[in-house]
Amino acid sequence: MQLIILPFAANFEMKNVNLAVVDNDCSPVTTELTDKILSSGYFKLTTTQDSYEAALPFMEKNSADLILEYPARLEKDLGRERSACVSITANAVNGTKAGIGTSYLASIIRQYNIEQISPDVTIPVQIKNTHLFNPYLDYKAYMVPGILAFLLTLVGGFLSALNIVSEKEKGTIEQINVTPVPKSIFLLSKLIPFWVIGLIILTLGLFISWIVYGFIPDGNVLAIYVFAAIYLVALTGLGLAVSAISASQQQAMFTMFFCNMLFALMSGLFTPISSMPDWAQTITLFNPIRYFVEVMRMIYLKGSLFTDITGHLLIVCAFAVFFNTLAVIGYRKKS
Amino acid sequence: MNSVQISHITKSYGNVTAVRDISLSINSGELFALIGPDGAGKTTLFRMLTTLLLPDKGDATVCGLDMRKDWRQIRTISGYMPGRFSLYQDLSVEENLEFFATVFKTTIQENYDLIHDIYVQLEPFSKRRAGKLSGGMKQKLALCCALIHRPRVLFLDEPTTGVDPVSRKEFWDILSRIKEQNITIIVSTPYMDEASRCDRIALMRNGSCLRTDTPEQICASFPHKLWSLKGKELYQLLLDAREYPQTYSCHAFGDCHHFIFKEENDKADDLAAYLRMKGHEDVLIERLEPSVEDCFMDFGEDDQ
Repeated sequence: MQLIILPFAANFEMKNVNLAVVDNDCSPVTTELTDKILSSGYFKLTTTQDSYEAALPFMEKNSADLILEYPARLEKDLGRERSACVSITANAVNGTKAGIGTSYLASIIRQYNIEQISPDVTIPVQIKNTHLFNPYLDYKAYMVPGILAFLLTLVGGFLSALNIVSEKEKGTIEQINVTPVPKSIFLLSKLIPFWVIGLIILTLGLFISWIVYGFIPDGNVLAIYVFAAIYLVALTGLGLAVSAISASQQQAMFTMFFCNMLFALMSGLFTPISSMPDWAQTITLFNPIRYFVEVMRMIYLKGSLFTDITGHLLIVCAFAVFFNTLAVIGYRKKS
Repeated sequence: MNSVQISHITKSYGNVTAVRDISLSINSGELFALIGPDGAGKTTLFRMLTTLLLPDKGDATVCGLDMRKDWRQIRTISGYMPGRFSLYQDLSVEENLEFFATVFKTTIQENYDLIHDIYVQLEPFSKRRAGKLSGGMKQKLALCCALIHRPRVLFLDEPTTGVDPVSRKEFWDILSRIKEQNITIIVSTPYMDEASRCDRIALMRNGSCLRTDTPEQICASFPHKLWSLKGKELYQLLLDAREYPQTYSCHAFGDCHHFIFKEENDKADDLAAYLRMKGHEDVLIERLEPSVEDCFMDFGEDDQ
């Protein structure tokens, strides 16, 4: 479910930027430019006003995200000095929308410039962007592997912690403890099902992303499984450690909720890690989800191979050892 | 030998001492009861004997096995039924039994004769989920699960708490039959009236063991003469009787009061006259044989 809904919802593509145009020139040039902007499909014209002051209320009412203002005599200036200024005002309450809208708008105007100048004049330096690995900057291609990683985290960590604590709550763990079954076997028998369920969910997720989105990992599918298997050991270990310190399901749930919140927001799933402040980037180094999200994207988009993810693999191994040691210590203290 | 030896065992939770220097010797094949009110330390003692808890001080052996060193073996030869229903509620009656049989590396068939008596009553519900059983049925299922591996010692923590009187009697009948299989049974209960069903009992209060003996011996050792007071206004009668200068103690026991004089002479007539003066015209004073509960109350009196 999450895999189907989230990638569409958690979408950074701007399709409906509301634009208010203030045309002080009303010349063929401005009309042509406006048409060009609207035909791009990213913008929706809310209103055309005579002055900036008249357009501003539309932004205040949230019906305009951007105001594009053409100065008077734009066409004349363009004709005489071959240059002119337009003003773009963005409503930054929604930062992403303002940022991306502005840059879309700027690039359309730049293109218009180029068209105006060429074909007779060639510009010495021309910037041409190519997006490697995800050529169309498809956000879904970016989000699906990440969300898949997040789902596995929920199953591995959340459910295993809740399950063991629920046995504690009901008292059934007491009954098991008086049997000759060693604690280690009991815990293993609790974790293995979640490990298997995790891998099944991963398989399902891979299928969904193939059937619904048409994404096939460019890299080695086996590498995903190997990584996920170790990752799940690490996360079930975390769940176990949490269950060792909590006495009720509520306690366990809130502890895991707290962890998952942090992990998800700091994982680079929604916001790129490289744009975080340095201290936050340091924190993400201790976030297991971060590595899984990265690996999923590397394998899906970049086509990375085993050798490329060895570093990540080792780190997650370390996490697995660390969390499980923590869990064993937590349980040993109890008995 | 299926005996249980406890020597000077102590366990505290923080500042609270739950079990205080208890020593008990429970013989092989005995039906032994720990009797005491809530908070007496019965469950803690059980949890230590079933190796769920380690004592702070002291030692205990179950069938000659040390509780600190041989805990793993103790678990294979003892059956434990906690006070709280703690089987898997989502599993059916049959599945629970099968699960616990498997955990102890045995099968239902192997020990079916032991649980047969109890299980026939459960059989009609064998497909029903354990969580959906009635209280009495849950207890019977839990007992089956505790017996499925033919333990040598059976620990039952308040098995009759919250069970109706008929089922309680039935449960004790079952225990008597299990005892015939030479299984040592240690049971805890807050109900004093169940004491007579046991071979020996230990009276517990505030983590200490007050007396250990057969129920008959405990009653026989009651140091006072006991009288019962009956009247119409029971509560006022209790208050007035306690005001009487010759009163050693007077406790409410259901439909009558149990009364003890300070000095052991027959002064019932004086008491009757005193109570009549207080307005209790129809007061009835009779001699009474002491019960375990009287003894327990008397021990409590000594404490204070």
